Amino acid sequence: MTLHKTEISTPSDREIRITRGFAAPRGYVFDAHTRPEVVKLWLGARNGWTFPVCEIDLRVGGRYRYVWKKGDHEMGMGGEFLEIVPDAKLVATELFDEPWYPGGAVTTTEFIEVSRAVTELVLTIRYDSKKTRDEVLKGPATEGVGESYDNLAQLLAR
Amino acid sequence: MAGSTRGRERRLHVNNLLVIYADEMNDSAQLDATFAALADPTRRAILRRLSEGDASVTELAEPFEMSQPAISKHLKVLERAGLVSFGRDAQRRPRKLEAKPLAEATDWLEGYRRFWDEQYQRLDEVLKTMEPRPAARSPRKKAP
Repeated sequence: MTLHKTEISTPSDREIRITRGFAAPRGYVFDAHTRPEVVKLWLGARNGWTFPVCEIDLRVGGRYRYVWKKGDHEMGMGGEFLEIVPDAKLVATELFDEPWYPGGAVTTTEFIEVSRAVTELVLTIRYDSKKTRDEVLKGPATEGVGESYDNLAQLLAR
Repeated sequence: MAGSTRGRERRLHVNNLLVIYADEMNDSAQLDATFAALADPTRRAILRRLSEGDASVTELAEPFEMSQPAISKHLKVLERAGLVSFGRDAQRRPRKLEAKPLAEATDWLEGYRRFWDEQYQRLDEVLKTMEPRPAARSPRKKAP
């Protein structure tokens, strides 16, 4: 784990894993993922997109719902919390309103206390199938990405 | 010479296989094969070693506590995914890293990584402005 460095790996053929170090206590990072007024400040807030719906019912069986808007475009997603360990772990289902991929996913977010002021975040997204995972990788999140050999070493480093 | 002929045939055979792969597999299938091959830590370590230069099976097996047949098995998966081919030396039959499929897979992954990196850079800024939680977690602020 390196501070402020976002790393990606494919731990299995159905998963994508993102690892990131933050210079903040893990309670802060947990809150930033579970308190709507904080989530709204950073998640999906890309150029020109607003975040009009951000609802989180933080309990097992509770649901969350996010909707982003840009002009006439709307992108919504949501799911259900399957497991909650305060400040440490969140497991939830994830489904987009208009998925560009078949099937759903389960996301596991782990908040690891490296020190009082450093938190490692490990986000693992497990898809229904390998096909789903690979379609997701080609989806909207990756639009406009050019050729890049730079991260070959990084990919192999794990 | 039988040895070198066998070597060449083998090499051609492998190359042919790769050509057939390239013709028959669409992008998605290629990506599947690449990701499946990359899912294993030993195979990633083999690729990392090959990114430093060609190596024979013996050389590749060295750093691992694994038999040569076990390493050969991993190499077969990598070869089928088009990630590894045979180098020139027919005697040593060194393996060689094929960068293209890996680069394609890396592109997809890199796009996804960048998406999250952007999000998390914003989160860095948000975290700087956050303050310790009030009430609930602070015992001295307990309600009467």
